[in-house]
Amino acid sequence: MEPAVHLRSAVALIGRFPALAGVDLDVERGEVVLLEGANGAGKTTLLRALAGLVPIVSGEAVVLGHDLRSDRRSVRRHIGLLGHTTMLYDELTVDDNVRFWAKAARTEPVDAEAALVALGLSGRLRHVAVARLSTGQRRRVSIATMVARRPELWLMDEPHAGLDSEARDIVDGLVRQASQSGATVIVASHERGRANALAGRVVTVAGGVSNVA
Amino acid sequence: MLRDAWLITRKDLRIEVRSRIALNQIAPFALLMLILFAFALDPDSGVLDRATPGLYWVAVLFSALLAIQRAFALESSDGNRDALRLSGLDPAGIYLGKVLSIATQLALLEVLLGTGVVLLYGSHGGNWLLVIATCVAATAGIAAAGTLYGVLAAGLRVRETLLPLLLLPVLAPVLIGSTRAFEAARSDTIDQGWPWVGLLAVFAVAYMVFGMFGFGPLLEES
Repeated sequence: MEPAVHLRSAVALIGRFPALAGVDLDVERGEVVLLEGANGAGKTTLLRALAGLVPIVSGEAVVLGHDLRSDRRSVRRHIGLLGHTTMLYDELTVDDNVRFWAKAARTEPVDAEAALVALGLSGRLRHVAVARLSTGQRRRVSIATMVARRPELWLMDEPHAGLDSEARDIVDGLVRQASQSGATVIVASHERGRANALAGRVVTVAGGVSNVA
Repeated sequence: MLRDAWLITRKDLRIEVRSRIALNQIAPFALLMLILFAFALDPDSGVLDRATPGLYWVAVLFSALLAIQRAFALESSDGNRDALRLSGLDPAGIYLGKVLSIATQLALLEVLLGTGVVLLYGSHGGNWLLVIATCVAATAGIAAAGTLYGVLAAGLRVRETLLPLLLLPVLAPVLIGSTRAFEAARSDTIDQGWPWVGLLAVFAVAYMVFGMFGFGPLLEES
């Protein structure tokens, strides 16, 4: 089976700046990989590039069997990205947000329901507008929208940030479940202890270049 | 594509119902414009009555700018633009969904402004068939062009000030056509109004087609 991610000398520009300067990376399906690196090393850019949000301008870039350079839209349908922003509509309720993004991804209503339950959002909280939630609760909703999409490739940028210990354990459990069911997970995190326990492999990113550790 | 469009329309209208921005800010702004026009042009002199079609559509256009900016402000906050790009929704569907939600809000605004014109200016509508046809075609045109320029401006840092500069010149044919058609509807020369409705319909269809193809690249690049 071809790898979930295959990058060779991949270069991505943000403006004229080479945010990724020749990345080599192979990630097998079902694998959990931790991206490590200092602030500004290029971890977030790498995740955004894998999601097709930052264009790869040279090198090879194949994600889930789709060429990122020529067919970014097909890749995106199968990707879940947890970024620094929550990607939620403040005026809509928790339930509205999760169901909207799940419908957009053409998943079943039961997937949205399961995601809400898994993230502990199935009580009264589901009918509260997102604008009224705390930072940690918003983060939970954001993770729920990603889970409800049932992505094949999970891209998680600092997934534990802003979460309490209960929610962190939930996230870890979801990552393990996803991996066991065949999904691939790439996590960028500064929380080495927790992330290392999840990941089967660590990749160090420095200066927009990745090296397998 | 139509499924995606309906998903976006429902989401945008639901947000508007919850936030009440259109009701509490855009509608009062539109009515305020009508009142200011009445102060500026003496109702007793007949100037206000003659200028009513133009004033009505100027009020609609300025209010439409607010509605369009609002429609894309929703997508600019909290990374929603990225989420929309990642969603897997058909860009043409997103475009049509935005057009429909903006057009729905504009249609309600036009009814409100029409009521305001009748009550404040003592104006009469004239031939209702022509008035309604004009409103439908002009609303579609404003929403179609507005959505296209809205997504273009939304990715820029100076979007709040740039959108009116980009959009108002583009919408000049809509202002001219709808004003002439309204004037014809209020006069004995109703037949002269229908060619203007035709122009408005062509404008709307052209921008709709252009938007369905152009929206995706603009969403990606801006």
